[in-house]
Amino acid sequence: MMERISGAEAMMRSLEHEGVEVLFGYPGGAIIPTYDALYDHKETLNHILVRHEQGAIHAAQGYARVSGKVGCAIVTSGPGAMNTISGIADAMVDSTPMVVICGQVGAAMLGTDAFQEVDVIGVTQPISKWAFQIRRSEDIAWAVSRAFYIARSGRPGPVVLDFTKNAQTGLVDFEPQKVNFIRSYKPAPVPEDSVIEKAARLINNSVKPFVLVGQGVELGNAQEELREFLEKAQLPAARTLLGLSALPSDHPLNMGMLGMHGNLGPNMMTNQCDLLIAIGMRFDDRVTGNLNTYAKQAKIIHFDIDPSEINKNVRVNLAVVGDCKQTLPAVTRLLDKTTHQAWIDGFKPYAEKEDNKVIHPAIYPTEGPLLMGEVVRKVSEATEHKAILVTDVGQNQMFACRYFKYSQNRSIVTSGGCGTMGFGLPAAMGATFGAPDRTVCMFCGDGGLQMTIQELGTIMEQQAPVKIILLNNDYLGNVRQWQYMFYNKRYSFTPMVNPDFELIARGYRIPCRTVVERADLEGAIQEMLSTEGPFLLQCAVKAEDDVLPMIPPGSNIDEMLLEVK
Amino acid sequence: METKYTKNAGGECGDCNLCGNCGSLDCPEGKNMYTMIIYSENFAGILNQITAVFTRRQVNIESLNVCASSTPGVHKYTITCFCNEEMAMMLTKQIEKKIDVLQANYFTDDQIFILEACLLKVNTNMMLNNKDVGRIVRIHGARIVEVNPTYSIIEKKGITADILSLFHQLDKLGVVLQFVRSGRIAVTKSCIEQLDRYLEERESQR
Repeated sequence: MMERISGAEAMMRSLEHEGVEVLFGYPGGAIIPTYDALYDHKETLNHILVRHEQGAIHAAQGYARVSGKVGCAIVTSGPGAMNTISGIADAMVDSTPMVVICGQVGAAMLGTDAFQEVDVIGVTQPISKWAFQIRRSEDIAWAVSRAFYIARSGRPGPVVLDFTKNAQTGLVDFEPQKVNFIRSYKPAPVPEDSVIEKAARLINNSVKPFVLVGQGVELGNAQEELREFLEKAQLPAARTLLGLSALPSDHPLNMGMLGMHGNLGPNMMTNQCDLLIAIGMRFDDRVTGNLNTYAKQAKIIHFDIDPSEINKNVRVNLAVVGDCKQTLPAVTRLLDKTTHQAWIDGFKPYAEKEDNKVIHPAIYPTEGPLLMGEVVRKVSEATEHKAILVTDVGQNQMFACRYFKYSQNRSIVTSGGCGTMGFGLPAAMGATFGAPDRTVCMFCGDGGLQMTIQELGTIMEQQAPVKIILLNNDYLGNVRQWQYMFYNKRYSFTPMVNPDFELIARGYRIPCRTVVERADLEGAIQEMLSTEGPFLLQCAVKAEDDVLPMIPPGSNIDEMLLEVK
Repeated sequence: METKYTKNAGGECGDCNLCGNCGSLDCPEGKNMYTMIIYSENFAGILNQITAVFTRRQVNIESLNVCASSTPGVHKYTITCFCNEEMAMMLTKQIEKKIDVLQANYFTDDQIFILEACLLKVNTNMMLNNKDVGRIVRIHGARIVEVNPTYSIIEKKGITADILSLFHQLDKLGVVLQFVRSGRIAVTKSCIEQLDRYLEERESQR
């Protein structure tokens, strides 16, 4: 039964039809008609008013990453839309499903440099999975449904809907649509049986296999399928930054984290294995180091849903292009039950060496100032390793990802490909809506916190239970570390003069505490976790601490530094 | 016709007139000319998305032709560029990743039938006073389509090498006022129509 309604109302009903429950947004001139329609849908569409559009986009990312649903942000034209750009680019490279609705000037004024008009489609096309301008009310039902289908299917990503004012106000005979087929778009290719057989044969013939687990496993909800795959043939595995919670930290086949600040064993063994099995990861330069020496001795199998990832950075011997939820069990069925005990034991000396030289001193110091690593591990322990970890970007991120432990799926929200400072606080706020039953711990530095600190306002208003752990060293620590290591200790604009963060938290009526002494740390963490709602725990950490081990940029992955000279 | 667009080691132009030495075309060492044939839905903004892939990968587009294809609602893009095969593969994969792109494939010149066209505006007096002009036009199978007291227009269809040869020879005589060459158009030599096959396969999955 068709009904004649405004385009703005059609947008609300289309969003409801797609199952949207939460919207993060900020009103403005060109989106007022839509906000007017939203006023009548407050019961079904929970709109969270952020304090800056960048907050909306990162909150939608955090929401999407922990829930697996499509995150949704709604902003006005021009500056509103432009403030979401870094989040759209971030979601694109980190494969986060999102729909961003931007207001736009009326179609008749497009191209005239009208007030708050920006060519949003032109700007967002290269950094989104799909960008579409809705210029007629008649297109709303189709465009919204298509947007959600594209955002969530295949390799997920952000979609931008540029919604002109005339399309919002125009009347339309509305009927919801369901797009689940686009002839030019194959979300999940299906590999030939022969490819599956070849993959199994390569694995069965391998003496020293090594599995690289990426976020694709979580995006494909294939965590269980991955475990069966690993366990049947006893394949040792390591995870990328975004894949950290795809396999529990304590799983016996989990050898740690890959990459520049990953664990020693996985990086060293990448260049010793005879078969590298990459699943849902994209061979980022932070994982591979120097490509000319990367796993040259090994055959490589690449499982991925996105054909354009195959042979992009690393030439592979076999590509299994498809949804790993299907391809992994298909290969598992053909695997021989076996053990690779001697090979797996080969990881141990590296783990012991790293433990002695790096990990133990980082998380169990007995004297000196607080260290970031020990704070992270203490928080992880206090949450029984069940919390969701959200991080900002920089040293706080690397320490948090290294020393937090993961026991549940979808427990890591961090800006990987883009490395967007300011991501943490709004993403954590969004995560509390995506996983309301879980504890959300957000680690950030003094630099990143101040990039989106206005979202403390949203957190206050919503009483979003974000546990903010500020690792304050009065430095832009990661850049400072690089300046120390590679730029002759010339600290060009990395020391920071900071405000009184406790005073700021109090201004937002957010409970807070500062810890300076080691003896106070556990008690403060307990206070943070037992306080209902948000909490800011400021830890005064060692000013010049270094994230180790480290593969210097462009170096070979088996040349990891365990200490800074 | 052999059309390997690589630089001659001896520093001399080959008879194709296409190496970098004659300054007619930029043909970086170790790269070949590839022709990308791309099909997309007829939506606004797709050309932007396609060219952005080339820009990001730092590959110059040498020529570009866009038109409706023989399939209603489907647009065809014919793009030439110099790169190595690995790059051609990456470019087409990244283009095909765009939601509304149906297919993107790359070809070497031996896999396709090629056509280009050019127009030359020449000085009529100089043309009439120089016997070589008429000879060069005849050798190249070009046509004179307009003659007036001031200027004349010469038209030629063919492949890049022949068109550039015509231009260079006339240009040496100093008669050329204007020269323009069209983008390449091409159809595949294959007996299989890949687009039709793709659309049939997709329709069966609808």
